[in-house]
Amino acid sequence: MVHWTAEEKQLITGLWAKVNVEECGAEALARLLIVYPWTQRFFSNFGNLSSPTAIMGNPRVRAHGKKVLTSFGEAIKNLDNLKGTYAKLSELHCDKLHVDPENFRLLGDILIIVLAAHFAKDFTPACQATWQKLVGLVAHALARKYH
Amino acid sequence: MLTAEDKKLIQQIWGKLGGAEEDVGAETLWRMFHAYPPTKTYFPHFDLSQGSDQIRGHGKKVVAALGTAIKNMDNLSQALSELSNLHAYNLRVDPPRFSLQFLAQCLQVVLATRLGKEYSPEVHSAVDKFMSAVASVLAEKYR
Repeated sequence: MVHWTAEEKQLITGLWAKVNVEECGAEALARLLIVYPWTQRFFSNFGNLSSPTAIMGNPRVRAHGKKVLTSFGEAIKNLDNLKGTYAKLSELHCDKLHVDPENFRLLGDILIIVLAAHFAKDFTPACQATWQKLVGLVAHALARKYH
Repeated sequence: MLTAEDKKLIQQIWGKLGGAEEDVGAETLWRMFHAYPPTKTYFPHFDLSQGSDQIRGHGKKVVAALGTAIKNMDNLSQALSELSNLHAYNLRVDPPRFSLQFLAQCLQVVLATRLGKEYSPEVHSAVDKFMSAVASVLAEKYR
């Protein structure tokens, strides 16, 4: 059973309220594909992924990034039940998408860096610590139904 | 593998820190201790309160070592040989794969907060690869 302090919840929801989900999602997914190029293996039908510029501008990457981060928003509304929130998605990522859960950790860390670049000094150490905890738990919840 | 372009980007980015290296080092460590409490287990002898002289001093050391690495990217193994010995035989920090990962993540966050948009995907990628290479070298002599 995960425990969130009131301060942690505030650091999460407070920051989230200022996040542009579409932009942030697109950026995070694009960076995943750029910084860890092997992750492109899951997106072979996304069209042009031949360069950082191509990836950043790719509309399918942008759309999918938005989808992924929107789902993250659901987790934030259900911080006390991440496992339940992600049960179906976990099965999907295992059974249909065949994604190695290590990739969830990579994306989580990249999201943190995107937030840091965007919020600068406001992304305080306390904020980072709370968000690292969150992305770690989300990654864990997504990996939970793997078999 | 670090390309010529990666190396150029890293040197450029490092150049932009202009004197703030000590702050960057201290903040990186502080964030690491905060976000990854188990990393504190390697510093039971330190005053780990915010702004402590020991955190500043150690942060400065870490950043200086990275600076040396950046000046010697074509020969990291040799440049970091002493540090590699130290980490393997003396400090025995949990294989760098784990702990350096946390240090690398926090360094990237600090760089990103300072550089904002300038911390482009290309720069991000280059720094990530560089820290990975540093971690590999430091792990060379573990066993």
